[in-house]
Amino acid sequence: MIDLNSISTKPLITPTTHQMTLSDHWDHFLARVGYKRSQHRIKPGLYSIGDPQSDSPVFVTANYTLSFDALRSNLEGIDCYILVLDTFGVNVWCAAGKKTFGTDELVMKINATQLKKVIDRHILILPQLGAPGISAHEVKKRTGFKVQYGPVRASDLPEYLRTNRATPEMRKVIFGLSDRMVLISVDFKHNFLPTILLSIAAWLLLDGLLPASSVLAILFSASILFPILLPWLPSKNFSTKGFFLGFLTAIPFILVTLFGNTDTSLIHQISRALAYLLVIPPPVAYIGLNFTGATTFTSKSGVRREMLRYIPVMAWTFGTGILVMIASIFI
Amino acid sequence: MMVKIMYDAYSMNTLQYDQTLCNGCGMCVNVCPHAVFEMHARKAMMVNPLACMECGACQLNCVTAAIKVDSGVGCAAGMIRAALQGKPEAECS
Repeated sequence: MIDLNSISTKPLITPTTHQMTLSDHWDHFLARVGYKRSQHRIKPGLYSIGDPQSDSPVFVTANYTLSFDALRSNLEGIDCYILVLDTFGVNVWCAAGKKTFGTDELVMKINATQLKKVIDRHILILPQLGAPGISAHEVKKRTGFKVQYGPVRASDLPEYLRTNRATPEMRKVIFGLSDRMVLISVDFKHNFLPTILLSIAAWLLLDGLLPASSVLAILFSASILFPILLPWLPSKNFSTKGFFLGFLTAIPFILVTLFGNTDTSLIHQISRALAYLLVIPPPVAYIGLNFTGATTFTSKSGVRREMLRYIPVMAWTFGTGILVMIASIFI
Repeated sequence: MMVKIMYDAYSMNTLQYDQTLCNGCGMCVNVCPHAVFEMHARKAMMVNPLACMECGACQLNCVTAAIKVDSGVGCAAGMIRAALQGKPEAECS
């Protein structure tokens, strides 16, 4: 057995600043568009800002550059330490959900960085959204460190430090239009290539422009319009919101099919219009349902209830629509 | 009930709270991102249970185990992937 306390190495503290460089901003941009999504990491361990003393505050965060930078960019003029946990490049809230931003990891990092040698005041300030992964009383029991949950947003930290309390507003997660907009790019990129391939397939197999553009319309509605319109789409369920938006998306294609080109037989037009009505809404609803994972308020049991009820509906509607579409080729 | 789920699957959840066990520490009020709890007369009160997203922060930080919730990530993609791979839920990427 090696007694860890007998090893007298000096605690390793890496200095950093509150300033963002051009390469930081570039990194944030790449992270937002989902380029090498899990590789926006910083080295876990202990960092310092300014000239912290043994009674300076210690903040805890994840080793995702967007998390680390959101924290330090709000600490201008505050001498402090930052303890970075190894969350494998995942943000605080998501990492807390899977317990990598968790009690065990926090205890391990407190010991590994020899934090007790660095500060006298054994208090840690954690982001509130780390709480799903951390048990404060468990950390106290195992390390003697008191966990304080700071505000949700790092931008409220200066005020939190001044008043030593977080207001109810600071404790609430908000999910506004701008928050939803920044999520668009990742979802869009995720679905972009399959959409292009499907669109080309629709072009070749069916009769050209209209079916091909209907595939693009699905992507546009589901990945861009859905997040923007989320609060205003009817019903609480994401799948029914998606079905509604998908139905609106299908309307122009139905109208053009019925009233646009009248060269083909009436039965062909009606069957093709019916196919659009059945094929377009389900994928929009499905991608919409998947947006639950990006939001800040859906519960696990609620999402499961939605899935059990609506995924079969999506599958049957879509499958029937594809059969009608195939049949319309021959009539 | 079934009709309600058709347009609102979030009209119920798994959050349970036994106020008799509360020691009034206020941790649940601090950690909840949706203001489900409020302090009244040195006891936590569940004032908005339907806002719960089942993140589990309150349960994990309740020293007297007065709060129970079946916590996990409310993410369809994660659950579908877990179901397809036969893995436990609460994974997301």
